[in-house]
Amino acid sequence: MTDTDVTPASDQRGGSRTPILEVTDLTKHFPIKSSGVIRRTIGSVQAVDGVSFQVPRGGALGLVGESGCGKSTTGRLITRLYDPTSGSMKFDGREIATLNSKQMLPLRSEIQMIFQDPYSSLNPRHTVGTIVGTPLRVHKMVPEKKVLDRVRELLEVVGLNPEHYNRYPNEFSGGQRQRIGIARALALQPKLLVADEPVSALDVSIQAQVVNLLQDVQKEFGIAFLFIAHDLAVVRHFCPEVAVMYLGKIVEIADRETLYSHPHHPYTQALLSAVPDVKQAAVGGRRERIRLEGDVPSPINPPSGCRFRTRCAYAQDICARVEPPLLQIGKHHKVACHFAGEMGAMPSSPITLKVLGVDREGNSVNGAQPTVDVTSNDPGFADTWTDPKTLQKESEGIG
Amino acid sequence: MTETSHRPSGDPAAVPSPSANEPYLVVDELTVRFPTADGLVQAVTDLSYTLEQGKTLGIVGESGSGKSVSSMAIMGLHDYKRTRMSGSIRVGGQEVVGLSSEKMRTIRGGDVAMIFQDPLTSLHPFYSVGSQIAEAYTAHNKASKSQARAKAIEMLDRVGIPQPKSRVDDYPHQFSGGMRQRAMIAMALVNDPKLLIADEPTTALDVTVQAQILDLLQELQRDFNSAIIIITHDLGVVAEMADDVLVMYGGRAVEKGPTREILTHPEMPYTWGLLSSVPDVSADTDARLIPIPGNPPSLLDPPTGCPFHPRCAHRSKVPGDLCRTELPELVTGNRPGHTKRCHLANPDSIYEAEVLPEIAPDLVEVVAEDATPAETGTGLFGPDDEAADGGSVAPENR
Repeated sequence: MTDTDVTPASDQRGGSRTPILEVTDLTKHFPIKSSGVIRRTIGSVQAVDGVSFQVPRGGALGLVGESGCGKSTTGRLITRLYDPTSGSMKFDGREIATLNSKQMLPLRSEIQMIFQDPYSSLNPRHTVGTIVGTPLRVHKMVPEKKVLDRVRELLEVVGLNPEHYNRYPNEFSGGQRQRIGIARALALQPKLLVADEPVSALDVSIQAQVVNLLQDVQKEFGIAFLFIAHDLAVVRHFCPEVAVMYLGKIVEIADRETLYSHPHHPYTQALLSAVPDVKQAAVGGRRERIRLEGDVPSPINPPSGCRFRTRCAYAQDICARVEPPLLQIGKHHKVACHFAGEMGAMPSSPITLKVLGVDREGNSVNGAQPTVDVTSNDPGFADTWTDPKTLQKESEGIG
Repeated sequence: MTETSHRPSGDPAAVPSPSANEPYLVVDELTVRFPTADGLVQAVTDLSYTLEQGKTLGIVGESGSGKSVSSMAIMGLHDYKRTRMSGSIRVGGQEVVGLSSEKMRTIRGGDVAMIFQDPLTSLHPFYSVGSQIAEAYTAHNKASKSQARAKAIEMLDRVGIPQPKSRVDDYPHQFSGGMRQRAMIAMALVNDPKLLIADEPTTALDVTVQAQILDLLQELQRDFNSAIIIITHDLGVVAEMADDVLVMYGGRAVEKGPTREILTHPEMPYTWGLLSSVPDVSADTDARLIPIPGNPPSLLDPPTGCPFHPRCAHRSKVPGDLCRTELPELVTGNRPGHTKRCHLANPDSIYEAEVLPEIAPDLVEVVAEDATPAETGTGLFGPDDEAADGGSVAPENR
């Protein structure tokens, strides 16, 4: 691997450098067709609805959320396995959301994907050499004669025996198959790897091996990761920055220290409190936790206003009327909630009234102008922000 | 758990009541072998444990450790023609090994019920959820169709399905993952089982749903005083749910005892490995995970001696070649009630000196903390050890 454009992993949060990926207002609505001959579109599944984030060069952003929240769809949009409905995706400064498949082809080598299931993501009728070598041939990365050497090199990088290139996937265990998938993704020296639940199908003892391998790969080749997983502990371990998604929207995004120790969104708090903890063995019994009732609502007809309000213990009238904007409340911390606050100390009155220019019932107030442009969805973090306490004070004047 | 239509109507065959001092479930020297074209698969070997009513046992292990096979033996789910079983399983005093399928059918789904990992493949897609629950009820009780339906609605309500009256006629695909798992639990509990086996009940679910399901299991256990076996690889689930833990490896029990004991003072290197290979939501993020090197053993040709020795980082601490040549007995360790299968003479001191600093540095005394380098990647399970284990798993590019 002789990638010259290697960024040291330590430079992950250097604000001066442009991010490798910048996603703004990304939206994917899957149409629902009526039955019959004409098949009119009668609705849409709002899988991803206005998502904005950045992935720093050589860094890692984690996407967490329950199944159906749109995190995998986001990953597939970025790799352009799906075409976005609207929004922009800037990869390395270049807009890729609107490229056609021919224009996209050279860029495909720079964005690669690791899939969840190591059993169904490898063709059982191809040898490992073919599986890992095909991307090299398609993109003509190395002359035909050198393909095999390169395959062996890649297998060694991911910790497999290089002489096993002529074996078939069924001869390998789950963890080894996942390594083959990683070798295939690395073959083209990508700048961005979208890892969609890369370890959740593996045994516990093997998960750690694969997570360590991914970290090694990231450090050595300076690859940026979009790490999609539902295991909060693994995401925290891997990603310096984490975004929490709910029903197609990002509800909270922050650096991992802030997100895991000071979550401000009730959904993040509920997610974190639901993780069973081994340390509980010393105490005995179950941990105190926030109970979420019911299931995630349907993305075909999401709730009005805040999408989490149907399951939220703090929801008030305003939550049904006005959608909370994703407000920056810390240096690396954005949250979309009218009642954002520390766990157990959530404010009783909405903190977003001033910035939205509305009263407590969600009606717009005469003369009060919104101080933020709610429709703008900046993927990065601004240098200035207002902390929740100030927001609350300002809002009390209005409410 | 849909059964065939030929089943004895009326009351289940009278099951002898357990003798006063015997726990509800006794598994004694259970051995399960599957003859295959490639040879004999030694799925479970000499497994013994007991479980009392109202208690929860957590069985932990990787895939292929025999945890599911041993539990399916309790349910009598193995094909007797293709399975060699020896040893004894007594459920409420009734011997299950070698029981005829007819008799087994009266126990299965009645006194003993099972929840499977994947609710989508375990529910029949052609039958409505309600009729599947009702079928389980009529199989063991004299009940009319309408009574069974009412019972199904009652159970769906009990497990927290909203609007059970209308959802009872839904098909499994109309339910979400969490609801399907609830429906499975409803089906398992319809006959008030005395023993409930939950095979990875929450592995396919999100954390919030997982918490709901675990709540539900505990609540139902309180109400029915059932014994629960919960099979999982998530030590966090075990820590919060189980009274006792059984760690399995290569078809054998390798460590057994009260949950608190096992998870705070584990004495077997495999348990150490399990604890150190999962990241913690509060752990230091700079620390590397410490995986168990290598892969689980093949049960066709299990390793000689201790089944864990090819992956064990501590075998050099045992004099001679004991780990490779001799299978350690499952004996009581330094604390009462805590048994382990390991040759290590002083597991406690090794655990405190070498393992605990890696997995929970905040629990080690200040003295030990000073002696521990912050960088944990060069620890016991470093890549050199991995390379020595056949080279197929070692990342060479640290």
